Amino acid sequence: MNMNVKRREALKTGGSVTLFALIAAAGWAIPREAKAADSWNKAAFDTKTMDETTKALGGSTPVSSKDITFFQTPDIAENGAVVPIGVTSTIPKTESIAILIDKNPNMVAAMFDIPAGTEPSISTRVKMAQTSNVFALVKADGKYYVASKEVKVTLGGCGG
Amino acid sequence: MADPMRIRANVVGDATEVKVLMNHEMETGLRKDAQGKAIPAWFIQNVAATHNGKTVLSAQWGPGVSKNPFLSFKFKGGAKGEKVLISWTDNKGDKRTDEATIA
Repeated sequence: MNMNVKRREALKTGGSVTLFALIAAAGWAIPREAKAADSWNKAAFDTKTMDETTKALGGSTPVSSKDITFFQTPDIAENGAVVPIGVTSTIPKTESIAILIDKNPNMVAAMFDIPAGTEPSISTRVKMAQTSNVFALVKADGKYYVASKEVKVTLGGCGG
Repeated sequence: MADPMRIRANVVGDATEVKVLMNHEMETGLRKDAQGKAIPAWFIQNVAATHNGKTVLSAQWGPGVSKNPFLSFKFKGGAKGEKVLISWTDNKGDKRTDEATIA
């Protein structure tokens, strides 16, 4: 019986390899870049509140943590179109870091997956519509943690 | 094809620090043009960085990331002369991959 199962698995795997080869041949997927074209969590990017976001990510209510710190993040941003945000997590087994802007039309700005060997510290630049809390949502060992910092915006980043 | 990225990768202690500057409009889809028509959303959705075939960072972005996005991160390992590969895909299916040599 075990043999049979294995044969079926092999058939299945064989089938999907062929399909992938076809897709690759059609020029849809270049194997080296395949990793970048993973998936995009539309549900998470459509959320407007922290509760919705964690729900879309399949997690529970995040616990506030002092082990998440912001760096290069201004108290007052003159230009809301370009606000530097840096987040470092010292929570062991940090798996991902997300940057959320409370008062933006959609809350989630960016989500980073941190593989083992990469430091749980990233920095980027985001747009901010107005003065708002910036949240850093960290997933570590399957649990969610959060820290926030208020950034005052003099000129919003979503106007015409 | 979109404009190339500027990538800098430097050895810092036992890690490699990578800084990337991409060229992309990052249009939110919420802005309107002079005629009052909404400008369609156009932004980078997926970013991946690889070193020696191993993914060292992957990210999903929304339109909340600034125009011409900047990204910086560090990973353990990496030696001078080795390559770091960065690729992105946007919501229109456009993609770009660039590489840098670790210095």
